[in-house]
Parts: sequence; structure tokens; C-alpha cells
Amino acid sequence: MNTSAILFYAIATLILGAALLAVTSLKIFRSAIWLLFSLVGIAALYFWMQVEFIAAIQIVVYVGGIVVLIIFSIFLTQQSGNKMAKPARPKIIFSALAALLGTAFTFNLINHYGFNTVSAQPFNSSVSEIGTQMLSTTSHGFILPFEVVSMLLLAAMVGCIVIAMKPTSADIVHLNKKED
Amino acid sequence: MNEIPLTHILFVSTALFFIGMYGLFTRRNLITMLMSIELMLNSVNINFVAFNKYLFPDKLDGLFFSLFIITIAAAEAAVAIAIIINLYRSHQSIDVDDATEMKF
Repeated sequence: MNTSAILFYAIATLILGAALLAVTSLKIFRSAIWLLFSLVGIAALYFWMQVEFIAAIQIVVYVGGIVVLIIFSIFLTQQSGNKMAKPARPKIIFSALAALLGTAFTFNLINHYGFNTVSAQPFNSSVSEIGTQMLSTTSHGFILPFEVVSMLLLAAMVGCIVIAMKPTSADIVHLNKKED
Repeated sequence: MNEIPLTHILFVSTALFFIGMYGLFTRRNLITMLMSIELMLNSVNINFVAFNKYLFPDKLDGLFFSLFIITIAAAEAAVAIAIIINLYRSHQSIDVDDATEMKF
């Protein structure tokens, strides 16, 4: 047991404990904060695996973006101090049973599948390497999905604004006229 | 670094996935269901990065997959929250049991 192994198990405990609290906490705001801790733990796991770029993206996008968005929507849609209703006991039992059986089954599969790990080659995940391959137009480049995903983000942004926009009074009059 | 086998990282991500699944099954509130989905997406990302690092260290494809998954998860969360806010305006509630107009 060296420092790296201890670090890994500490990070794993943080991720799983925070995730468990995030899905069971009855106060929705606390649930969001536990989700935040779990996502920070996942970023720490990426740092531990020495893929610093993905870890940075994880912190920027998830911790800085999605969790903030979720907290905003909690404030916009409900009283954050209120307790949510406890789920029915049979539902808890059957969901836990399904999750536990699935976990046991997958653990068993992973345990018996022999992964032949190759650790001889060094793993180069520097930002320059990622950037070169991301924007290269050769057969192993990712320029096409990169462009497609940028269009997707634009479409999502416009779609969000249209969906969440408050209908103006002119729109409502127009709709009523159409119905008549 | 090499003392932790790949299987232990896979155990963590499997447990995280099924915790997310448990949350998706038990929660009735749309925002908390969205949080469970984020947990599941993150467990998949951990798998991609771990496989890339341990099994194919000469390539970077796993990293690109997780990058694109993170991007699409961000777009998905934004659209989902727009829908949730719209639903709250028309129903005054974001409980899935209250939105039953399309139930057959």
C-alpha cells in the first residue's frame, strides 16, 4: 500500500459516498451540493490518472457549468429548504435490489474477464497532442465531430432560449386568434 | 501508479453507474433525476479514460470520446433545464407524477 494506492481509495470513497448522498438526500439543495462533491472527486480521479486536460474540462464544464445551472433551476422552480416526499418503501426496496444485482453481476464479469494491460508504452495525453489530433484532417483526426458538436451546441443554445422564453401578450393574442 | 489494477477503477465506475440508476428509479423530481443522469454519464467517462490509459496507451480515442460526451451532456442539461422551467410555468410543479396529460 503506497501513497498512490491510498490516494486512489480515498478518492473512490469520496466519489461513491457523495454520489450515494446525492441520490438519497431529501433536501434538493443538499443533493445538488453532494453532486458537486462527487463531480470534484471524479475530477480528482482524472488528476490521479494523469489526464490533466480531461480533469480541467471536468471542473470547468461540470462543476462550473452544470451544477451552477442545476442550482439556478432549483432556486427558480421550488423552495430549496423544503423536504421532498420520501419515496414509497416497496419502490426503494426494488430499486435497491435491482441496483445491487446489477452491481454484483457487473463486478463478477469484470473480475473474470482478463484484461491484458500494456504498461510498457508511455501514455502521452499532453494538451498539444490532443489539440493536434482534434483539429487534424487526416484519417485519425476529429475535425468533423468537432464541427458537428459546435453546431449541436449552437442548436441547443437557440432551442433553450426558445423553450424557456416567456410568451409575450402579443403571442397569446395571436394564439387565441388561431384557435378561433 | 501501476499497483492499482484496471479492474478497481472499473469497480468504482460500475458502482457509480448503479448509484445513478438507483436515483433515477426512486426520485420523482425532474431536477434530481437529471442529477442521477449526470452521475451515470460521468461513470461512462471514467470507463473511457481508464480503458484508454491502461489498454491502448498509444492512442487518444478514449479521451476524445469522453470530451465529446462532456460536451453533449452540457447541451443536454441545458435543454432539460429549459424544459423543466417551461413545465414549472404550466404545472407549478416539476414532479413527474403531476405531468400526466400524455399518459394513455
